[in-house]
Amino acid sequence: MQHDDVIWDLIGNKSFCSYKVKTKTQQFCRNEYNITGLCNRSSCPLANSQYATVREEKGLCYLYMKVIERAAFPARMWEKVKLDRNYAKALEQIDENLIYWPRFIRHKCKQRLTKITQYLIRIRKLTLKRQRKLVPLSRKVERREKRREEKALIAAQLENAIEKELLDRLKQGTYGDIYNFPIHAFDKAMEKQEEDTESEEEEEEDEEESGTREFVAEDEFEESDLSDFEGSSDEEEDDEEVSSEEEETEEELEEEKTKAKSKGKAPLKGPIRKKRAYVEIEYEQETEPAQKSKAT
Amino acid sequence: MDSNEATTSESVSKKKGKTKKVKRKVKHDEAPVQEMEQAEGEETEKKSESGPCFPPTFSVSEIKNKQRRHSMFLKLKEEKRKKKKKERKALGDKAPPKEVPKTIENQRIYDETTVNPEDEEVAFDEGTDEFSAYFNRLTNPKVLITTSDRPRGRTVRFCEQLATVIPHAHVYYRRGLALKRVIPQCVSRGFTYLMVINEDRKVPNGLVLCHLPDGPTAHFKVSNVRLRKEMKRRGKDPTEHVPEVILNNFTTRLGHSIGRMFAALFPHDPQFVGRQVATFHNQRDFIFFRFHRYIFKNEKKVGIQELGPRFTLKLRSLQKGTFDSKFGEYEWVHKQIHYNWSFYVFYFIYFFSLNI
Repeated sequence: MQHDDVIWDLIGNKSFCSYKVKTKTQQFCRNEYNITGLCNRSSCPLANSQYATVREEKGLCYLYMKVIERAAFPARMWEKVKLDRNYAKALEQIDENLIYWPRFIRHKCKQRLTKITQYLIRIRKLTLKRQRKLVPLSRKVERREKRREEKALIAAQLENAIEKELLDRLKQGTYGDIYNFPIHAFDKAMEKQEEDTESEEEEEEDEEESGTREFVAEDEFEESDLSDFEGSSDEEEDDEEVSSEEEETEEELEEEKTKAKSKGKAPLKGPIRKKRAYVEIEYEQETEPAQKSKAT
Repeated sequence: MDSNEATTSESVSKKKGKTKKVKRKVKHDEAPVQEMEQAEGEETEKKSESGPCFPPTFSVSEIKNKQRRHSMFLKLKEEKRKKKKKERKALGDKAPPKEVPKTIENQRIYDETTVNPEDEEVAFDEGTDEFSAYFNRLTNPKVLITTSDRPRGRTVRFCEQLATVIPHAHVYYRRGLALKRVIPQCVSRGFTYLMVINEDRKVPNGLVLCHLPDGPTAHFKVSNVRLRKEMKRRGKDPTEHVPEVILNNFTTRLGHSIGRMFAALFPHDPQFVGRQVATFHNQRDFIFFRFHRYIFKNEKKVGIQELGPRFTLKLRSLQKGTFDSKFGEYEWVHKQIHYNWSFYVFYFIYFFSLNI
């Protein structure tokens, strides 16, 4: 015989129910046929002989009903009714099937149906969007890679490599004549090329003599070039001016290169200073400290 | 301590302990012990000979006291080193050459895919591949930087800093758009590169670099991202000047193509006025990115100061067309093959290495 109260008395309060999950503030019921999910007198499927639920399977909603007449036949206890896909029609179906049933169960069934349809809609929407694929990381591998990275970083000696590369580029002359101090480098280059290019340079010097007068007018630009690069710590100087001046003086720079080379070779005075002729006074000041600047 | 020394069996160790103690006594004025007094007589005899000499069966490991054992070991090492140095000096020119320690770089097996600078085939390939347009100065780079969905603050800041480092770079918020739809739009607006920074747990961890007019797509793992704030001794913010680019150790075919990919990110003519340099350094298949400002103090010395963000990349896959994870044709995928370590020879099979 079905004595709901007795059953509830036992499993609800006094004794043990295997579906019950207790938390600090509430009790939940893990029974799959439970309509609200809470452990209550009215929600317990074991302690109510007349009970109904709505459950969803593969996107379809079904209404399950249990009546006292079938309490003795556990295999046939739950009657499964497929509900319509249309939400409104499904509600009507519930009303139809649960006519004359207690208000609580009817109401809760409809609520549950609403919730289910809402989440089904959301699932369908999300699958159409891009989905995030979770790629599992092997912890061992990650640890190994991290260690390898550290060692590679040490082996790389980045600062040295970068400095070396920059100095190589300077020696090769990719920077053109922007940097004026590489007298030593040009010295070395000169020593190698002395025999070959001596005559050429002499000729060039003569040409320069005649050409320097032309350049005198543009000494201003050269001055700023000089000051810019020999000052060397002034990052905030007028880069625009310098760059424009550089563009203007590109051709001159090429000629200057040869002059600069010869600088290292011959004593830097007189004809070579042609460009600096205008600035002679200042240039002399620079020549002396120029030799000092190697130390500084 | 003294009693311990006494209890350890061999006379050898006793003597040794005593020699030490004697020396210490001189320094620390320890209370004289009977054993010490006894030993002193022996000590003087020994010293008259030539310092303490131990019977040949003695080894450092027999001393039970850890501290003493350690210090004796260090002394032993020091002596050996000095001896070796003396011998070396004595031999002069005839001395055997100094041994070079083995490193992974030394022990690498030569990779056949290394590019020879004069290789015609490579030169031909490079003349006709996707980057030829850039290297022939037909196009200027224009980079679009974006992230995965819903980026967190760190990733956003990283993107912004990247945009300052790479000229002509624009950061756009992702807003849940599919990359397949983003790409044709980018192409129509004249972008040459698409950079997507993937984020996981509030930290950027992946980078997809896609060359746009159907160029190759490279997928990297990003690690060790350091933003500007976190850099020690950093300089001021990078200016708008076009930086120079340094690519180190991209020697194999694969490395070469990746190197070109990085090179094509930056405009052709660096503004040397700006004195900024972006470095991609490949070491053991890790690509380290750094951004510096340099200054030549004289022709032999250059000072560099780190600005800008730093991060490391590891190539995970290289795909031929634009980004298409399902139907794309993968040129190279990093395979996690279980390899055998051979003690003295390193087989970098699993690297498909980017350099020798």
